[in-house]
Amino acid sequence: MFKFEKLVFGDLGWGDEFLLAMLMTLVVSVLSMGLGIFIAIFTAWAKLTYSRTLKFIASFYTTVIRGIPELLVIYLIFFGGSSLVMKIAKVFGYDGYLELNAITISVIAIGIISATYSSEVLRAAFLSIPKGQTEAAKSLGLSKLQIFYKILTPQILRHAIPGLGNVWQVTLKDTSLISVTGLVEIMRQTRIASNVEHSPLTFLITAAFLYLFLTTFSSKFFNFLERKTNKGYA
Amino acid sequence: MFFNISSYITETLIYKNFILIFSALDETLLLLLISLPLGFVLSLIFALGRISKNTLISRAVASYIFTIRGTPLLVQIYLIYFGLGSVKAIRESILWVLLKEPFWCGVLALTINTVAYGAEIFRGGIQSVTKGQIESGQALGFSKIKLYRRIVFPIALRQVLPTYGNELILMVKATSLVSLTTYMEMTGIARKIMAKTFAPVEAFVAAGILYLFLNFLMVQLVKYLEWKYNPHLRLNN
Repeated sequence: MFKFEKLVFGDLGWGDEFLLAMLMTLVVSVLSMGLGIFIAIFTAWAKLTYSRTLKFIASFYTTVIRGIPELLVIYLIFFGGSSLVMKIAKVFGYDGYLELNAITISVIAIGIISATYSSEVLRAAFLSIPKGQTEAAKSLGLSKLQIFYKILTPQILRHAIPGLGNVWQVTLKDTSLISVTGLVEIMRQTRIASNVEHSPLTFLITAAFLYLFLTTFSSKFFNFLERKTNKGYA
Repeated sequence: MFFNISSYITETLIYKNFILIFSALDETLLLLLISLPLGFVLSLIFALGRISKNTLISRAVASYIFTIRGTPLLVQIYLIYFGLGSVKAIRESILWVLLKEPFWCGVLALTINTVAYGAEIFRGGIQSVTKGQIESGQALGFSKIKLYRRIVFPIALRQVLPTYGNELILMVKATSLVSLTTYMEMTGIARKIMAKTFAPVEAFVAAGILYLFLNFLMVQLVKYLEWKYNPHLRLNN
């Protein structure tokens, strides 16, 4: 049933391949989470402005992406993405075949999904800062940019860490879906190895353990971050 | 004029895809109609196990929840569909009648997954019931079963309705993963259409609209339940 000998490192087993695949999962997760937070900053800002158009665009984006399955978003970007890129390239006068590589597409797809969750976290974190602080900063003569950098950002980050920790867990697990793009992360490596060795159970259990390892340690990391940033508050 | 517009719409690829994918809606719904009620009942039982004073039971349930919540649903689906199918003992047992079907593998995986999340949600709800309410029930001589049926569960379920609603929406989205086990529900059909027509955007947008609609209905259902069972929280009236 479970064949340990298939998991050794080197040419005889799949140990090193799985280690690389785990690194790939980690890299894609970190990049997607980063892209997600980047998009989320603008989305959260758009939701908090007075402009109705911006508010509508932002809530339309989050509602639609959160309302359709992640797999569908990935399919749409993976299969529809390169035709979109070619259309854009045509506008700039390039008339040939263009294709984004698997890792770019994966990061964009997971980032777009992750951003919808992050934006809610950031918005809630912003709203948890009492208005008096902004007013106090204004009365001290701080500029808008200074208020944002010196008063709001440090506090938003502190409030957002637990929520972003949850988003990270979801993002990490969502990366299992990008195996459909052919990028060799844990799930793809599992399929490849099971097809070669005809022993899916071994590799699927390995994959499950690798994901458990990643989620457990990252939740420990976020707990540490939370404790560190909450020093003197809680 | 109107006739021309409607015939123009029915000629578009996206409309044709929409009709095709709509015909697979019942496959998606069937997955949900079995795994959601089953998941709900099992979640309640597992939540009770999680808070049980018997450490063996509570530890077992806690590690079950930990494992399932720490691994992606895709791993769980593959483990059940490809993993269990590769074990000879299972292929020869009576379980094989169900496990050889991608549909039942999907139902099993979705149920196992939702129970882990649901049990945690219900545990929070049950623990939020204040001690005074339980004590007053005990003072009135309620048996343990009656106490749970009449006091703890009604209060806890009302409390967790919004959170459980979120889980229900996640489940609607999760059904799309069952398409990766060759089960032809909406996402599977969309993918098949894409392979046939080479028009990915039209196929997946049509499927996306249907999922959005399904989730919209789910949100309305949860809102209605909240309105009905939490009358003290209604905003107007």
